[in-house]
Amino acid sequence: MTAIIEVRRVSKSFGGVVANKDVSLAVKSGTITGLIGPNGSGKTTLFNSIVGYHPIDDGSIRFEGEEISSFPVQQIARRGLLRTFQQTRIYGAMNGVENMLISLPHRKMKIWDALKTFTKEDYERADHLLEFVGLYEKRMLKSGDLSFGQQKLLEFAMALMNEPTCLLLDEPTAGINPTLINGLIDRLKRANSEFGITLFVIEHNMRVIMNMAESIYCLAHGQMLAHGTPDEIQNDQRVIDAYLGAH
Amino acid sequence: MARNKTILYSLILAFSIVAPFVFPNFGTQLATLWLMIIVALTWDMTGGQMGYNSLGNIFFYGTGMYVAAVIAIGLVYDVGDYTNAAGGGIYKFTDLEYFGGMALGILGAGLFCSVCAIVIGSLTFGLRGPYFAIGTLGVAIATGELVSNWDWVGGGQGIALPVYPGDLDTGKIYFYFLFAAIGISVFIFVKWLYGTRFGAAINAIRDDEEKADAMGIHTLRYKLYTWAMAAFFVGMAGGVSAFQLIHFEPLESAYQTINLGIFMVVCVLLGGKGTLWGPVVGAILFHLFKEVTWNYLLGWQWVALGALIVVTVVYFQDGVMGWLMHKRPQWFGIRIEEKIAGEAE
Repeated sequence: MTAIIEVRRVSKSFGGVVANKDVSLAVKSGTITGLIGPNGSGKTTLFNSIVGYHPIDDGSIRFEGEEISSFPVQQIARRGLLRTFQQTRIYGAMNGVENMLISLPHRKMKIWDALKTFTKEDYERADHLLEFVGLYEKRMLKSGDLSFGQQKLLEFAMALMNEPTCLLLDEPTAGINPTLINGLIDRLKRANSEFGITLFVIEHNMRVIMNMAESIYCLAHGQMLAHGTPDEIQNDQRVIDAYLGAH
Repeated sequence: MARNKTILYSLILAFSIVAPFVFPNFGTQLATLWLMIIVALTWDMTGGQMGYNSLGNIFFYGTGMYVAAVIAIGLVYDVGDYTNAAGGGIYKFTDLEYFGGMALGILGAGLFCSVCAIVIGSLTFGLRGPYFAIGTLGVAIATGELVSNWDWVGGGQGIALPVYPGDLDTGKIYFYFLFAAIGISVFIFVKWLYGTRFGAAINAIRDDEEKADAMGIHTLRYKLYTWAMAAFFVGMAGGVSAFQLIHFEPLESAYQTINLGIFMVVCVLLGGKGTLWGPVVGAILFHLFKEVTWNYLLGWQWVALGALIVVTVVYFQDGVMGWLMHKRPQWFGIRIEEKIAGEAE
């Protein structure tokens, strides 16, 4: 299987703070890959670098074989590499369906297509995905009034609506009710298996990530500490030390 | 429901057509009301629907006036000579020259303002929130000052255009219908636009521009096109105003930042930002309020107007439509679905 995202020796500093140093990793196409690490280890910075949120200082980032490290966010998103936010971002003044419709991909869209109204298929797809994440009943409510967990689910559904080839999820289960988490894991897995979307997931909840990912990377102090299968990572003394603060 | 709407729209249209004949003394007032509706609706395209509060839309109104006037005059005479005479020379316009010049002038004004919006937008759309408001306000004020020092277009004196060739009352009705036609076109246009993917994209920019970026929306392109569309209509309205006023000058009538430039924002806030009907309702209420205070509270009219602005901005930010939406959410389709349609997952 080929790598869909290839990060090679990426470094990023903010002033004197080195957020990422010489980070390399590869996300294989069609898999679920995890990224873990203690708070402040540079996970979100790495995500931001990959999706073009800020320029990187050094290194190379490839998506489907193409160098994307100098592209702006929108251009990368239109190539099918999408991210969700740790602090959930949805369009609060609109209802669920509108949020979904806006998220239709702008990839192949010409400017004239923007002047078309949404089709019946678009609505059906929106309803279907809202049903998929369990928000169908609340789809006509102002999405800003939904609970934080529901907003996370909506954001996930919006990402699916955009038909990405690869989805970067920043802590998808943070703030979600523990009983809902199992449902979410199931949905993430199905998004991967049924829709064929490659997932790259930052997660603090070990139970979740060990359950889902086939391959896990662990960052600590901005550097890549370990890489392996869930079992290897769980038993890696360096990872345990990093989490307990021995590093 | 659909039938009720048809009846409502027909009634409004019918009233718009008969209004100047039923209230002949208010011909100019009603024309100004349409102007307010046009500038409010177009201001809401960026301010309400896209989240970019421009204080510089008056730039398009003033520029539209000048462009329309320059085209209409330039087709027949040398513009420099004409403005030099300041209405003193003998410059006659035949009916064809008058109406032909007006038609081309108004259209040209719209197109020119669209191009201006693209250019100014490319420079100012990097600004956010209050910075964008102040930046665009600066553009409008600066342009007013520049134009008032530009002798070719009459400098501070402004331009005196030829008078409507028919009798005065017909002229009033004629300008009323020009404004009404543009106003109705704007309304139909935005009503359609807000239902398209374009409308959805600008709403996304308003709610969270970074998220819109992250979802792959061409944010800058949408911002520029939206402002260009708004500028097109405001420019045309400015063009009509130029001929209606006959004589206009740069600071008080064309680039009137503290009058119309602010009024359009107040209209939208009063009626309800980001709604289809809000700007229309707001323009009507505001215009009524303004005319009543100008007639019955003379001397205090600016105080009353200031009080209205303060009360709107501080206590009534959502406007009439926002208040209705809060009180009667079901009218706007905000509801919880009872049952799940379609098959279960």
